[in-house]
Parts: sequence; C-alpha cells; structure tokens
Amino acid sequence: MTAYIVRRLVFILLVLAAVSILVFAITSLLPANVAYLILGPFAPPEQVRALEVKLGLNDPIWRQYLRWAGGFLTGDLGVSTLMNRPIAPMLAEAIGRSLMLTGASFFLIASIGVGLGVAAALRHGRALDHSVSVGAYLGIAVPEFFWAIVVIMVFASWLGWLPASGYEPPSAGFWIWAKHLIAPTITLVFGHLAHVSRLTRSSMIEVMQSPYVTAARAKGLPERVVVLHHALRNALLPTITVLALDFGRLMGGIVVVETIFAYPGLGRLIVFSIQNRDLPTLQASILVVAAIYAVANLVADLLYARFNPKIRYGRNVG
Amino acid sequence: MSDEARHSSDGEPPAPRRRRWSAQLKVGAALTAAILIASLLAPWIAPHPWDTISMRTRFLAPNATYWLGTDDYGRDVLSRMLMGGRLSIAMGVSATLVSLALGVPMGLAAGYFRGWIDEALMRFADVLMAIPAIMLGLLVLAVTPPALWKTALAIGFVYTPLIARITRSVTLSLANEEFIQAARARSESNAYILFREILPNAWPPLLVEASLRVTYAILLGAALSFLGLGAQPPSSDWGLMIAEARSFLDRAPWIALAPGLAMCLLVIGVNLLGDGARERLDPRIKAGVGKS
Repeated sequence: MTAYIVRRLVFILLVLAAVSILVFAITSLLPANVAYLILGPFAPPEQVRALEVKLGLNDPIWRQYLRWAGGFLTGDLGVSTLMNRPIAPMLAEAIGRSLMLTGASFFLIASIGVGLGVAAALRHGRALDHSVSVGAYLGIAVPEFFWAIVVIMVFASWLGWLPASGYEPPSAGFWIWAKHLIAPTITLVFGHLAHVSRLTRSSMIEVMQSPYVTAARAKGLPERVVVLHHALRNALLPTITVLALDFGRLMGGIVVVETIFAYPGLGRLIVFSIQNRDLPTLQASILVVAAIYAVANLVADLLYARFNPKIRYGRNVG
Repeated sequence: MSDEARHSSDGEPPAPRRRRWSAQLKVGAALTAAILIASLLAPWIAPHPWDTISMRTRFLAPNATYWLGTDDYGRDVLSRMLMGGRLSIAMGVSATLVSLALGVPMGLAAGYFRGWIDEALMRFADVLMAIPAIMLGLLVLAVTPPALWKTALAIGFVYTPLIARITRSVTLSLANEEFIQAARARSESNAYILFREILPNAWPPLLVEASLRVTYAILLGAALSFLGLGAQPPSSDWGLMIAEARSFLDRAPWIALAPGLAMCLLVIGVNLLGDGARERLDPRIKAGVGKS
C-alpha cells in the first residue's frame, strides 16, 4: 500500500507538470501584451520594450515556461499584473475562503446524499423514494446560477435573513461570518446533492437484491446489521468514486457561485483574472485547483481500495 | 425495518410480463419529445421573429399576442426560448456523443486489461480531469472567439474521462464474474469479451450516466454563456437569456423564468427517460419494480 501511495504521489506530480504545460500553452495564446497591461495603454513604446526585456517576454516560449515553472517550485508564483502584488499571499487567502465554502458544502452533500439515497432504496417504490427522486430531478434540472438567483431572491430580497453577497472573516464574529457562508453553501448543496443520492439509491437497490443479502437475512441477522454491515459497504463503492468527482465539480461550482455571491474565493479570482487578462494569476490559480483536485482523487482511490476487498492496489508492485 | 424492501426483492414471481412502458418512461419521453420537437422546429413554428428589436413592445407581460411576454428589447420571449433550445440541445447532444465515443472504449480497456494499459489510460484521464470542467472551458473560451461548436467539442472532451472512469469501475467489478471467466475459458477474443460480454452488462449505469451527461453538457454550456463566455448576443442560448434577464428579475421575471423552466423540463424529461430505460434494461431491478 505504501509503495502504491508513493507511486501515486509521483504520478500526481507528473500530472501537475502536464497540467502546467497545458495551462501555460493555452494562456500564452491569449491576445494580451503583459508589458502593456502593467504600464497601461498610454506608456511610451521604449518603456514597454524595456519592460518586455526585463520580464523576458521576447524569450522563446519554452524558456518562459521553465522560468515560470521553476518559480512555482520555489514558491514564487509571480506578481499579479493587474493588482501589482505577489500572487502567493493573495491566492492563499482566496483558497482559505473557498475551502470554507466547499468544505461545508461537501460535508453536507456527502452526509445528506448518502442518507437520502439509502433511505429511498429501503423504501423502494414508496412515497419517500418518490419524493427523493423528484427532489433529485429538481436538483439536477436547475442550473447553479438559477439556484443562486432564487436563493438571493428568497433569503435576501424577500425574507431579508441573509446578505445577498459578500464575505466577512471569522474575526468579525461567528454569526456574521456564517451568515455570509449560508447562501452560497445552500446553492452548492442544492446543485450537487442529486448525483450522490441517485447513485447511492440505485446501487443500494441492486445490492439489497443480491443473493448474499438474502443469505444474511436467512441467517436471521437483524435488518439493521444486514443494511449497515452487509449492504451499505458494497453499495457505497460507486459512491466513493462519484464523491471525488463531486469534489471536483464543487471546485468548478465555486466559479459560478462565488461570482454571483461576490464571494472573494478562488473561483471569483479565476473569472476576475480571465476578464482582466491577468495571466500570472490565472495560471497559478488553475494549477492550484488542479493540485487540490489531484489529492482528492488519490484519497478517493485509497478509500475505494480500503473498502473493496476484491481490489488490492500495489499487488503488481511486488 | 424494511419489510417493503424484502417484499420488493422476492415478492414478485419472475412471471413473463408484457413489456409495457412505465409511467416514468412515458412522462420522460413526452417531456423530452415535446421540447425537442418544439425546439428543432423553432424556425418554422416560432410565432414572432426572435431578433427583431421594438421599443414599443418592451417588458410586456405574457398576453394573447406574446404568450410568454417580451424582453428588454421588445423581443418575443417564446420565440427566443425556442431558438435558444435549438442551440442548447444541439450543443449538449453533440458534446455527449463525443465523450461516449472516446470514453467507453477507454474505460473498457482500462478495466479489463488492467496493468500498464489501465495506468496509461487512467493517468491520461487524470490529466484531463485535473482541471474542473468549467475552468477548462473558461480557459479555452477565453483565448478563442466563442462559438457553439467549440463549446460542444470542449465539453465533450472535458467529460470523456468521467465516462471512462465509470465504464472502468463497472468493468472492474464485472471482470471477476463467472460468465467472463467462462468466456475466457472458451478462449473468446478480447474484443468479443469487451463488447459482447462486458459492455451489454455495463450498459445500464452507462445509460444513466450518458442521459445525465447530455443535461450536464446543456447546463455547463448555459453556465459558460451565463458568465459571458458562451453564446454571444444577439443569439438566444438559454444561459445567455437568463444572464441578460438577471437585471430585470423584479420588473419582468418571465424573461428569466421561460428559458429556466424550459431547461428544467428538458433536463427532468431526459432524466426520467434515462432512469426508466435503465430499469427496463436491467432485469434485476425490473423485477423489483414490479408495480403497475
């Protein structure tokens, strides 16, 4: 298992290297002159040229990439061309805020999703099952940006319970901080719950009809033991893979949700840097998202192996 | 605790049933067909021109002439919604076809052959999946002038590894089953085992995934349009319509509601259809559904 983890970590680094090449290649196609962006549209041409030389913008593309990637490895993420400040601390703040949002949402999605899925499967064909299914359809059918608009209209405009947008740090007081988190969290949970509950339900139904569950019942085991110890373990296997995918979708979901709620996290930073052609910030943000996501995938695979005795990673490592 | 689960699993004898369509399938098919047909026929059935600006008809509430009202430029919301559906649906379906064509063979090969093929394919998938779909979409659409076929291609490519991973995990669990071992013992070819033995059994979860995928593609395309990086004005893609209507929610909610509702109904319809078809295809689940 340790050999497997080490191997995967090496692969993650390779994946990130591949992603960094991809991101750098795509962003270098952007029709923008960084020197102009820094100096403004009225800068004298000789000054622009001097800065181009200083930043190495006339070097071949591979040398620019190596310089950028090398800086990344030493913790120097460069300087935002728009805000003229180092990217690393700015990015760290944004990540912290986004993790609060995605962490709360992910916890709710996993627990509520699995709970609803199992409950629906056990009441297969009954009222509870049908209402969970209808709810899942709504959750899937309504796009995030539409949920966000509805949540703002209901909780901010009509009820006036929550602020329509913005962010306050925890130091401003727990309730004020939490209040700004609730609306975007609700939006994210609504939009992502359905996939988990649907998959848990369908695999649970399948497992509950399998011979070994019948055998466990025939042994006279209590239903609770059959469900929790025999069925759920296997039914959750596909759900684990999907939860990892869902974490990635959450990282994508924050793009739309943070933009609408003016929540200063990673997603908003990315949209902002695209709109303002702030290439260094864009490159660094996307690479960081890729890194977070890679680790989430590794954790999912390890959990999958942990819970599925049929699969032994690292067996062929010897 | 769950008597009904027990009843549903063995209460029904596996009597030969006439293969009637379930209510779920009927509703799903009706919804999907209605919106598909209306959208595809949009140029011929739209009651008004979708792009004619008229300042005298601005912000009209739904009425006899303009069934779904008019928008801030005085354009007919129903006509724009129908034309927008055409764009969104064509985009979603082509994106899904791209991802199925690429992802299913990848997942089958990875899950069945294991070893270095599995490693190579899944690590390639990791690179593609390392950037969340919407960010990859944003990245690509930021550098090229947006066009809908580019969005479709990009979304299809972005969703390929998801299809591949799900195909793989189904294949992994099927590969140890007895009927696969039997096929191997009969020394069937790999292609036969993959496409004749594994694929038909992997089909039900794939079908659910593909039906969801069309709708995700439509929603992702709409989100990109909503952020201003998808369809461009004066085009009437659903996401763009909602984005434009956002400022008028208090004054004229129908402008946003019409495309939002159309998208909802289509997505719900496709999902009902996918689920219904899944229960029909999977004999184990069908037996459990045994209710009128």
